[in-house]
Parts: sequence; C-alpha cells; structure tokens
Amino acid sequence: MMEKIYDTIIIGGGPAGYTAALYAARAGLDTLIIEKFSAGGQMTQTQLIENYPGFSEGIDGFTLGDNMKKSAETFGAVTETAEVLSVDLLSTPKRITADNGDYFAKTVIIATGAEHKHLGIEHEDELIGRGVGYCAACDGMMYRKKTVAVVGGGNSAVSDALLLSRICEKVYVIHRRDSFRASKVYHEPMMKAENVEILWNSKVDELLFDRKLTGIKIADTQNGDTREIALDGLFISIGRTPESGLFEGQIELDANKYIVAEETTRTNIGGVFAAGDVRTKALRQIVTAAADGAVAAYFAEEYITENK
Amino acid sequence: MSVTVINKNNFDAEVIASDRPVLLDFYATWCGPCRMLSPIVDKIAEEHPEIKVCKVNVDEEEALAMRFEVMSIPTLVVIKNGEVVNKSVGALPEARILAMFK
Repeated sequence: MMEKIYDTIIIGGGPAGYTAALYAARAGLDTLIIEKFSAGGQMTQTQLIENYPGFSEGIDGFTLGDNMKKSAETFGAVTETAEVLSVDLLSTPKRITADNGDYFAKTVIIATGAEHKHLGIEHEDELIGRGVGYCAACDGMMYRKKTVAVVGGGNSAVSDALLLSRICEKVYVIHRRDSFRASKVYHEPMMKAENVEILWNSKVDELLFDRKLTGIKIADTQNGDTREIALDGLFISIGRTPESGLFEGQIELDANKYIVAEETTRTNIGGVFAAGDVRTKALRQIVTAAADGAVAAYFAEEYITENK
Repeated sequence: MSVTVINKNNFDAEVIASDRPVLLDFYATWCGPCRMLSPIVDKIAEEHPEIKVCKVNVDEEEALAMRFEVMSIPTLVVIKNGEVVNKSVGALPEARILAMFK
C-alpha cells in the first residue's frame, strides 16, 4: 500500500510549530502539523501577552495561537488533531505513529514545547485540581478572597504572585533562596503588594489535605525548622520541563532532556529539526520560538532539495 | 448532536436523568486551556451520539462548580445514571476523553 509522504511533518502546534508551518507551506512544501489540542501551546495559559511585537495593546495567548494557525493554513498547511505515540526518525521516510494512524514524511520538525515542572512530592498528582495548580491565570479566580501560596522565584512565579495578590486575601511566596531570579520589572510591583508575604529560604516539605488541600508543611533550608501554613491553594511555578520523552534514545538530549540543536535547529539526525522551547537555547519566549520555526522550515527545505 | 448548555435549573433533567452517559465540561470564557479543549469536546458531540455532551460555565454556575468540587479548569466529569464515574482536570486529547467512558 502506498502511503502519502509529506515533505515535512511538524509535531506540536505552538508558536514554533505554526511558524514552521507558515514558512514551509509558503516554500511550497507539503506540510502537516500534528497537534493534540488546538493551536497555541503554553501561551494559551497567558491572558495578556505584551512582549510579542506588533500588538501595542497586547493580545491573549489563545487568540495569538489561533491566528498563527490560520496564517499557516491560508498557505496550505494542514492540521491533524491527534496525539503522537511513537516515532521512527531513522527510517526513510520517517514514520510518526499517532493515536489515529501512521504518518510519513521526508523531514520532521519537533516543536513539542515544554510543560510545567512538578515539585515531585507525595500526593502532588492526586491533589491537582483539588488545591494544587500550575496555572495562576487559569485557576486564580477560583481562589477569590482565599489564602494561597506560590512556589518559585523566577519571572513566572513572581508574575503569578502579583496576579493572585489582586484576587486573593493573602499570598505567600515560597522560595528556596534569599533573593529572586526574576527581573526587576516583575518583582518590584509584587514587593509593593500588601497582602504578599515572602518566605525566603523555604521549601515545601509536605502537602496537608483532607480530600482537598488544606495546607503545607514548609522547611527552612538553612536550619531545617518546619512549620505548617493553612492554605486553600498552592501554585507551583518552578520552571518547565521539555516534552522530549518520545524522542529519547533516538535524538541526542542534554542533561535536562532538552533536544540538542543549535541555531540551525538541526538535531543529530538528518532531516530532523527541533524548534522552540524543546530545544537547548538561552531564551525561551514566543518570539524566539517563532524564530526557530522559520529557521527549521528553511533547513527542512534545504534538506529536501539536497536529498532528492 | 449539539452541546447542551447546563445551568442549575436544567441540571437534573439534562444530566441526572439522562439515559446516555454524560460528559460535563466545566469551563470559563477567559481560560485559554478551556478554549483549546472546546473544539475537541464539540467534535465528540458531533461524532459520538452515544455520549451526551454538556458544558457548564463556572462563572455563571458557581453552585454547580462547587457541587462538583471544581477548583481548576477545564475539568471534565463523566456521569452515568446520575453518578459521577470519572473526573479529570486539564485539557485532554480526544482519545483520552473517550477512554474516560470505558
């Protein structure tokens, strides 16, 4: 049986994936995007994006993602809504097995992005949606006039704490160090909020619950002292982990599981490219993900021409 | 089939008394992951007449959201014969939503 062979299959429909699709389709490549939900990726969790150029009033992440999808589809890129289960990147053509069938392509652009990192403590997973959350912009409104804590010290932790301070009665920020990594533009407004209390040199030791979260036990990282804090909600904002599990064993990953690829987005396998947050890079932003997408499409086209 | 919009007045008749298994999607209009999930839930309504697909806006129906202990959205709840048989938090791919009925 003859299967259709795409010029390029893009896995993941965030800003990297749909920018790759836009450039690939405009270059005349037969382009398929496989995305498990609808477009946008992580940016759909942001209600107002103010650092993607061209939108002076800002734009919400869902709309930006949807617009990127429409742009790519205008030029002929096709989206398949499916979850990829496994890949064979060394075969010719390359095979992608999804939950609704197999797909084949000359080149593959991996734009699977990243997801929230978990604390990795007992009962965390079973309390998700019952007091434990990873998206303040999504779930913050559920904790109106309640007491919550944010774990973390980076830009997203600090902006989550600021957002929650406007909704909640009281917001604790739990940070392992004695200063923030977050840039000044983020942490200055939060420090001014009267209902925010920062617990330096602290880590979450235990989740306390009675069907849903009731509080946490925190430990002082300096002297080991522990104490309990009553909480309605705990937001975990300790960074992200790449969605690279599907490719382990085939593609070279770094110690943190990011796909090793330079600015060309080329991986260690010919015809396979990594774009956006899943790739080793210094700055993970929508605009840098989109840039990667364009570069990946360019080198995918070059690979196809050279391997005719 | 189309999606049924649920409120506190039609809940018993549409959900509890339903002779088909029900998929309840708790969402808010401002929630990005909810908007990502929405077309998938619509597709299930379209392609699976054996499932009754319902949506609950948590901002308008706070009592229903509290009754189902919805503290994070989107939340999907599967109800068979008036009883909750499955619950899941966060956007899920279509195949995994359908697996909640097995």
